[in-house]
Amino acid sequence: MKTLEEINKIRTKKRKELELRVNTKLDTREKHILVCHGTGCTSSKSSEILENFKKIIKEKGIKNVRVIKTGCFGLCAKGPIVIIRPEDTFYAMVKPEDCEEIIQTHIVEGNKVERLLCKDIDGKIVNSLDELNFYKKQKRIALKNCGVINPEDIDEYIAFDGYLALEKVLKNMTQDEVIQEIKDSGLRGRGGAGFPTGQKWELTKKVEAEQKYVVCNADEGDPGAFMDRSILEGDPHCVIEAMIIAGYSIGASKGYIYVRAEYPIAVKRFQIAINQARDYGILGKNIFESGFDFDIEIRLGAGAFVCGEETALLESIEGRRGHPRVKPPYPAQSGLWGKPTLINNVETYANITKIILNGANWYNQIGTEKSKGTKVFALGGNVNNIGLVEVPMGTTLREIVYDIGGGIPNNREFKAAQTGGPSGGCIPKEHLDTPIDYESLKEIGSMMGSGGLIVMDDTKCMVSLAKFYLDFTVSESCGKCTPCRIGTKRMHEILEKICDGNGEEEDLQRLEKLALNIKESSVCGLGQSAPNPVLSTLRYFNDEYKEHVIDKKCRSAECKNLTQIEIEKDKCKGCGICQRNCPVNAIEGEAREVRVINQDKCIKCGTCLTKCPFKAIK
Amino acid sequence: MSENKKRTCSDKMIEDFMNKLFEIYLPEKDNLIQILNEVQEEYGYIPELAQKKISEYLKISMAEIYGVITFYSRFTLEPKGKYTISVCLGTACFVKGSQKILDRLQERLKIEPGQTTEDGMFSIDKTRCVGACGLAPVFTVNGEVYGKATVKELDEVLDKLLEK
Amino acid sequence: MEELVNITIDNQNISVPKGTTILEAAKKAGIDIPTLCFLKDINEVGDCRMCIVKVEGRRGFATSCIQKVEEGMVINTHFPEVTEARRVVLDLILSNHDKSCLTCTRMGNCELQDLAVKFGMQDIEFEGERKECEIDNLSPSIVRNPNKCVLCRRCVATCKNIQKIGAIASGNRGFDSNITTANNKSLMDTNCVFCGQCIEACPTNALCEKENIEDVLEKLKDPEKHVVVQTAPAVRVALGEEFGMPIGTNVTGKMVTALKMLGFDKIFDTNTGADFTIMEEANEFVERFKENDNIPMITSCCPAWVRYIEINYPELVPHLSSCKSPHEMLGSLIKTYYAKKEKIDPEKIYVVSVMPCIAKKYERQRKELSNTNLFDVDCVITTRELARMIKQANIKFDKLESSEFDNPLGISTGAAAIFGTTGGVMEAALRTAQDIITGENLEKIDFTQVRGEKGIKKAIVNIGGKDIKVVAASGLGNAQKIMEEIKSGKADYQFVEIMACPGGCIMGGGQPIKSSKIRAEVDVRKLRADAIYSIDETSTIRKSHENPALKKVYEEYLESPSSYRAEKLLHTTYNNQR
Repeated sequence: MKTLEEINKIRTKKRKELELRVNTKLDTREKHILVCHGTGCTSSKSSEILENFKKIIKEKGIKNVRVIKTGCFGLCAKGPIVIIRPEDTFYAMVKPEDCEEIIQTHIVEGNKVERLLCKDIDGKIVNSLDELNFYKKQKRIALKNCGVINPEDIDEYIAFDGYLALEKVLKNMTQDEVIQEIKDSGLRGRGGAGFPTGQKWELTKKVEAEQKYVVCNADEGDPGAFMDRSILEGDPHCVIEAMIIAGYSIGASKGYIYVRAEYPIAVKRFQIAINQARDYGILGKNIFESGFDFDIEIRLGAGAFVCGEETALLESIEGRRGHPRVKPPYPAQSGLWGKPTLINNVETYANITKIILNGANWYNQIGTEKSKGTKVFALGGNVNNIGLVEVPMGTTLREIVYDIGGGIPNNREFKAAQTGGPSGGCIPKEHLDTPIDYESLKEIGSMMGSGGLIVMDDTKCMVSLAKFYLDFTVSESCGKCTPCRIGTKRMHEILEKICDGNGEEEDLQRLEKLALNIKESSVCGLGQSAPNPVLSTLRYFNDEYKEHVIDKKCRSAECKNLTQIEIEKDKCKGCGICQRNCPVNAIEGEAREVRVINQDKCIKCGTCLTKCPFKAIK
Repeated sequence: MSENKKRTCSDKMIEDFMNKLFEIYLPEKDNLIQILNEVQEEYGYIPELAQKKISEYLKISMAEIYGVITFYSRFTLEPKGKYTISVCLGTACFVKGSQKILDRLQERLKIEPGQTTEDGMFSIDKTRCVGACGLAPVFTVNGEVYGKATVKELDEVLDKLLEK
Repeated sequence: MEELVNITIDNQNISVPKGTTILEAAKKAGIDIPTLCFLKDINEVGDCRMCIVKVEGRRGFATSCIQKVEEGMVINTHFPEVTEARRVVLDLILSNHDKSCLTCTRMGNCELQDLAVKFGMQDIEFEGERKECEIDNLSPSIVRNPNKCVLCRRCVATCKNIQKIGAIASGNRGFDSNITTANNKSLMDTNCVFCGQCIEACPTNALCEKENIEDVLEKLKDPEKHVVVQTAPAVRVALGEEFGMPIGTNVTGKMVTALKMLGFDKIFDTNTGADFTIMEEANEFVERFKENDNIPMITSCCPAWVRYIEINYPELVPHLSSCKSPHEMLGSLIKTYYAKKEKIDPEKIYVVSVMPCIAKKYERQRKELSNTNLFDVDCVITTRELARMIKQANIKFDKLESSEFDNPLGISTGAAAIFGTTGGVMEAALRTAQDIITGENLEKIDFTQVRGEKGIKKAIVNIGGKDIKVVAASGLGNAQKIMEEIKSGKADYQFVEIMACPGGCIMGGGQPIKSSKIRAEVDVRKLRADAIYSIDETSTIRKSHENPALKKVYEEYLESPSSYRAEKLLHTTYNNQR
């Protein structure tokens, strides 16, 4: 247990120690080697890198150097990432065997390891993080501490104003004042639908009950989104702090965080954070001697997308199948075990402490009229800078894709971007300049969603994409209500028929009719939004659907039955790269001669298409 | 390459393990999924005896427990193969061609996702985003990540495993 | 004063009590919103989406079966988009349904079929894959056909929430969703007790009784066989419903005529068996009460209940009365006393019981219930099956004259009649027990404390200066409560009556199936129970021990209750089935 005074002492002392993390000009002999330990970098062996650094430093007896594991830096495409501070040197795609050289050259000799320095899209070598275009248009609020602190050390969190917002709330603010602050900030739910957060808190506070609950929805199910995971991995305490503040504001003493079991690192770090907070007396009885009690328990999901739907999530916490409940009543009235329950998602909570500390007026200056603050996106697909980006609301899609994302690889063309995952829609080229906020996205048939943003180039078949999402919905539908259970299956069957080359024109009308009806009559958000990928592609890429059903042609060569892969004789230089890469030896021809594809053997995997340096394969 | 733990175990072992769990978890119905997660983690599937013990402990009917197990994709009723190959079908990986990896895998092993080969060597899973979108497309073998994967690389990995 | 809410529904302004659902409010306004998964008080979940309506100012549709009206609500139940959405839902359900309606026993009494007719479905627009599922017909009582299932989950709710069994549950997810047993086993290998309440809840034919009509017809054709039929107390007050008669019509006389026409050699009355049960059970109780031997004594005439206690409370099995159930007692007497008297080879006698129950199908093949290798009862058919047989024999049931049961095992008392409803066994037993204990012929014979709709009815009865604490419970959820009380030592009952089906045998799993609409509008239990009590009231003899036929059998054959022969023929044993 620590008193408030002791915690404040830790803050002052630790902050001094860690100043070099945020001040590149700091004159110090110390160096911090930060090794990214987000899931992406961890899967390419960043833990080994960390251990290697430690070993080498110990062996060489080097002083004044610390190796720290941090959360995600964002630029996953360049992982594993190592950053050395205070000078902010950015080493990309580091391998465990590079550690020796980095220590010797950078730390001992004071020179940079040129070959490992990160290069921007234009090929320019980047000396420090700030120089990267990737970071220039970003504004980090929710991700403020990600990549800066060691998520497994509460003292590092405290050093950067951690638990200061909680102190302010418990010592100086009434419940209503906190709620008013959140309302004034204009913060809206980051889980997808964008319900005003302050209003949700107010509704839950107003309902009288002896027991209320605070729930954090960390069941990030969009199969292309990893914002929430990164926050939990990089800065778990900011979520804990926000949940305590929420508990205080609505009058709840118990919180649950529902996390996917598929996020083992996030779960582990969150548990460590809970334990540390309990040790410090920040969770538990009589927090900061305010008389307020609060504790948090982790509940693991077990692989069901629908549990991201708030009422299904409640069912799952209660130990049952994740069948959503019909709303109203809303969780604010009757939630966990029938008690008033406040549910927010991870990213929403990650904004709370900053709003409390900097004030609603600071926050509501950021963003657009109706969408305040920033939004974190998981940028992926056919874009150069794959990773995690946080931008002010109102940033255009073009800025994200081209300025931050560095454009499309292989000089391909932008075809569409998909936001909102299986619940969202495709945004075509003509809407590249749409400002990203809740209303604008909805208007063009997509939705904010939790923040997956997948870019597609001109080699992608939009009918296949719609089928992909429907395949996802079909296997993730909970099966409770008829439209979603059978309807999405029927939609998928129609799409399969079209992709297999058996589609007829009236199938398109049937598809649309079914989609519109499922949207209206399903019980929960999953079913109501499941048709969106189909409706938006029908709207923007109708020609492609027509090609599939009328001309029996797939222009992107993704639908096997509607495709034949061929080598254009006049473009083929006979290099043989395609032949060597073909997994089924379907490409024939002698050295330096024009190659031919044996159509009987070809499995249309498309490997040759991507490998051909002369774009001779179509 | 790591192999999946041996999943054969005696009734006595299961009973002992369950009793240990019951010391940690109170007999409250909302602990069902937590307990199932532990059993899945330990055995790689949920043995029927474990279901029975949970049913008695939490006073939840066997059918309802079965309903919960079959609802959540993480829980399985059959032991997995020695090597579980999971292909990521997250959108980022899909856009980069992971479907083709999966197609090839199914073609080679002649099983569907969720199934195990007859010799107990391989299981195929489709997963949704393993979090390595920067490495897309990705597949994993018993949790080990293979990034920027191609059909050819998959073939090589399979050949190596089959040789063993 | 009840708080009223003003709403507009299909342009009508009405006021309804606060808390009314949109569905109920619509009914008051003369609007019949279609439903499928809705089963009042049992399954109110809004899954099927048939009952959706448009509420002005609200996104999407409202779920009328569960959502409550609010002040000023403007509702439209038949906007074109509402109708189209419902139609698509119905289309989807039908696309995934085994549409072999012509060969389905629920034809004409199927809620899905009614909807198809109502919507004038001419073809299925969204035809697609339909999973062929295995039919489970391994149990002696229930056939489960998932191909007919519409996933309304009414059966699951009944099994789990009312009966507290949970033999079936929702399994898998998405399009693969199904209603399943644990590990997809046959019901035979689960904790199912065959009460059949799931069948009564099913809107289609996904759950039905294991039909035994063929077995009966075959034996009726066989000249070597002496085929005897007996009918349970609850059958006579429900059979008429299958022929369009009002619920609660007593059709005893017509039923006997029909059975004669069907060709049964003798038509006996299970009510007579019930009198024997009371005779034995009341005496057993008096003895056990005196000796304080496994008190409370618990009734054992409901086979679903017996299976339930054997599976769930084996430690309480010694509390069960050792008496066989009425039709088993009668079957036993038919194959011994009657066979001897009529000089018929017992092996040639085939006893058919017509029961409101499907657990009786399971009960009759229990090996404890046989004598000298002959089962007491050879075949059990339900009220529904008898109705089918009558229809198939071209009998115009409603036009039939009345007939009397055959002698000697066709004479019964009012006490036996009330066996068909919850509290009836208790009341009948008390009528006899009080005469035994006091040695008098008491006039107070109505024990109204144990009558009525409540699931648990507790009473203290004073007999001969002694207070006897009794309780009658129906529905296994209620039974569970009583068992927990007994197990924990919190209760000090002396006599406990349990019926597995809520309301007793009149609401048994073999009775005519009432649609959710009828169940919401009419108190079926009360109407059938009223008919039962009126049979009792109009009976000349209302105490079992005064039944002249029974007295004669004791004189000629059994000697006395609990005699060696009575023990052998009319009592049984139980097993731990955990």
